[in-house]
Amino acid sequence: MQEFLQYFFSGITNGAIYAVIAIGFSMLYNSTELINFAHGEFVMLGSMCMITFVGAMHLPLVPAIALSIACVTAAGLIFERLAIRTVKNPEHIVLIIITVGASIFLRGVGMIIWGKDAFSIPPFSSHPPLDIGGARLLAQSLWIIVIFLLIAVGLQVFYKKTLTGKAMEANAISKRAAWIVGIPSRLMVTLAFGLSAAMGGVAGVIIAPVTMCSYDMGTMIGLKGFCAAMLGGLGSLWGALIGGFLLGILEAFGVGFVSSGLKDATAFLLLLFILYVRPGGIISAVDVKRF
Amino acid sequence: MTGNVQPLLQITSVSKAFGGIQALTDISFSLAGGTITGLIGPNGAGKTTLFNLISGVFPPDTGKIIFNGNDIRNKKPHQLVSLGIARTFQNVELFDSMTALENILVGQHTRTRCGMMGSILRLPWVAREEQNARNLSMELLDWIGLGEQTNAKSGDLPFGWQRLLELARAMASRPKLLLLDEPASGLNIVETLRLGDLIRKFRDQGVTVLLVEHDMSLTMEISDRIVVLDQGRKIAEGAPRDVQENTEVIAAYLGTPKKIDD
Amino acid sequence: MRLMTRTRIVYALFAAVIAVSGWAINSPYYLQILTFIGINTLLALGLNMLMGYAGQISLGHGAFYGIGAYGTAILTVHWHLSPWLALPVTIFAVILVAFIVGIPTLKLSGYYLGMGTLGFGMIVNILFREWSSVTGGASGFVGIPSLELGPISFASAKNYFYLVWGFVILSFIVCHRIIHSRVGRALRAIHDGEKAAAAVGVDTSRLKLQVFVLSAVFSALAGFLYAHMVFFISPESFSFIASIRIVTMVVIGGMASVWGSLLGASVLTLLPEWLHAFSEFEMVVYGLILMLIMIFLPKGLTRGLLDMYERAGKKNDR
Repeated sequence: MQEFLQYFFSGITNGAIYAVIAIGFSMLYNSTELINFAHGEFVMLGSMCMITFVGAMHLPLVPAIALSIACVTAAGLIFERLAIRTVKNPEHIVLIIITVGASIFLRGVGMIIWGKDAFSIPPFSSHPPLDIGGARLLAQSLWIIVIFLLIAVGLQVFYKKTLTGKAMEANAISKRAAWIVGIPSRLMVTLAFGLSAAMGGVAGVIIAPVTMCSYDMGTMIGLKGFCAAMLGGLGSLWGALIGGFLLGILEAFGVGFVSSGLKDATAFLLLLFILYVRPGGIISAVDVKRF
Repeated sequence: MTGNVQPLLQITSVSKAFGGIQALTDISFSLAGGTITGLIGPNGAGKTTLFNLISGVFPPDTGKIIFNGNDIRNKKPHQLVSLGIARTFQNVELFDSMTALENILVGQHTRTRCGMMGSILRLPWVAREEQNARNLSMELLDWIGLGEQTNAKSGDLPFGWQRLLELARAMASRPKLLLLDEPASGLNIVETLRLGDLIRKFRDQGVTVLLVEHDMSLTMEISDRIVVLDQGRKIAEGAPRDVQENTEVIAAYLGTPKKIDD
Repeated sequence: MRLMTRTRIVYALFAAVIAVSGWAINSPYYLQILTFIGINTLLALGLNMLMGYAGQISLGHGAFYGIGAYGTAILTVHWHLSPWLALPVTIFAVILVAFIVGIPTLKLSGYYLGMGTLGFGMIVNILFREWSSVTGGASGFVGIPSLELGPISFASAKNYFYLVWGFVILSFIVCHRIIHSRVGRALRAIHDGEKAAAAVGVDTSRLKLQVFVLSAVFSALAGFLYAHMVFFISPESFSFIASIRIVTMVVIGGMASVWGSLLGASVLTLLPEWLHAFSEFEMVVYGLILMLIMIFLPKGLTRGLLDMYERAGKKNDR
């Protein structure tokens, strides 16, 4: 029982992280039909910024978090302006390769700025881990889950209640119809990029205390977050949620009960599974709810 | 041909729905070999759906489609070409990056055999097959009036010529049944007249034609028989003159005149 | 036909250039770099057939490269097979794998196809890393034998150079023949419009699968040649990054261009060498180049430069 709980806690912690990353992917795909392979690198930037602001510059936690997210969002906006908007031939394959190039570029930048070493920062609070049924739940895990819930609720409110959010959703459903009622499509795309990058930044921020962060952490975790998004259903907030947690839990139990070598493979096996069985993801079975 | 009683294409009680929308309900008719049949009806009548059913894009929900004695309900589009059905598209779908000649050569795909290994080894029969195919393609292009354009990139040709090329490509597979989806759309009067002559020439070569067209004068001119659809049902069938005078058909297109109350 | 004789001349010239280079260059370092270009050309050529002509994307071709390398390593070292026997066995295995992977994956399209190949590539890479008893795991596989044919030993840099480029020329000819045939036209048709291609009788699924398998075979051949050149392989060489590198070569060189594969492979092989002095900036420059080419010359260098040349010519004609 204790083992089961331990894996479960580990699973939902990682699941929350994957979910936040998946939200970033889904949100962007929803608004632009683009899959940003560099998203993992935004997560890396978020983590590394935290390392600098908290670890090196010793800024207090909240300003450091705000600053980190701001930096990553800025990077996302610059990327959109320079690399995406200027594209002469926006075919899928071209855009995919651009984001791949951006991913390599950002990783290179990361290596130049922070070198090859791995860093970490202390958890957000110094609470001792909780003991539940013999299993330990780290305080940081609770922070991760709480922050994730805040984001999920915040996004729901944004999309359903605010004018900007509804405008974004309208633009995603039909660019032409949105244009007719006066919604500036280009601005919506920029906004989508900014928001998606911000999500990546948030993910990076909450991961920083629980893992060793280095310039090359982005690739694998980005890919896994993408698998989670596909699993749940690309383009759907609930899909990102479901996919993320499902991946986290299956991964944890796979590692615990089968073998640790299986950890990374879980995400990709699930990806293949969902592609062949139901490419629309789990959500597409329930209903075609968009963001 | 005497004694050829069996219709080339027989459609029996075919229905098709998409989600909640019933596109076709209980459609039945048949095409005799060597005839030109026009399929008309107001927008949304289900003409394109019927075309897609016959050309294998999707299967019918109910009913049978018998072509030349074969049940073709579940066949895929490329399989139907081998059986003898060819089609053109409403928006001309040529292989833009390829020349006119190459387009025709691809049209002969089902009449040639060379595969991956054959092309790598370049066996003698492959070279012969290739030469034959090229000769036939040139002949076809000449016959249809595009003999000068063999090496022109098809995407660069003027629209009227693109339509001709697509027709030639469809004929290249030596079909028994030719499905033409709005072939006159976008053509001027002269081009439309020439199109009519061309379709009659196809029929004289033994090809059965089913065409969907909005240009009434063309359709009435060249069709041996007309089938009329409205809102997914067949409402009339017969010789062009009879169909033109059919009150239900007129009502479908123009609506019934309303009585004005004093 | 005139086209054919011009092609023969070009290929003869190419063979001559290779023969002379091999004879004139004596530094093993330069010979090895040129040989790497050859191996990379094979990789780019295979993927080019899939991406450029059939219009399908694969983000996992590093896996086939790896299966080729590990296949021959395992067969020659653990099973003591002659490398010349290991080659056909490995190729056969790759054909099998490509069929099995291809059948469900090619039913997907666009993004989904890319994702499927990505997933496949990652899983194979993890297999290389984790199945240590067979592959040596993360620390790699040592002791791969060199190649020899009778009295000729291919352990020397010069001989291996000739071997690899001999295979490259052969592959060029194979691709050329496929492209200028019924099959090649059908592929281009699929690329231009899959719906129309099916409507004229092309069995698109079967053809896409065949090209997928063909491209896998090219990658496996490259893997074989790589393994017997460096004698030591590790999973890192066949990772997601490797798959992306192959895509980059095709994209840079220009899709649907046989010579473009050579250009792309050359650029990609030489770039790290040139950047070696700035090894810090390697990734930055690499990523930048990828982005810039895709933004401004999306048809790749070959087509892009040709287009610029044509446009410049037109301006002068006014």
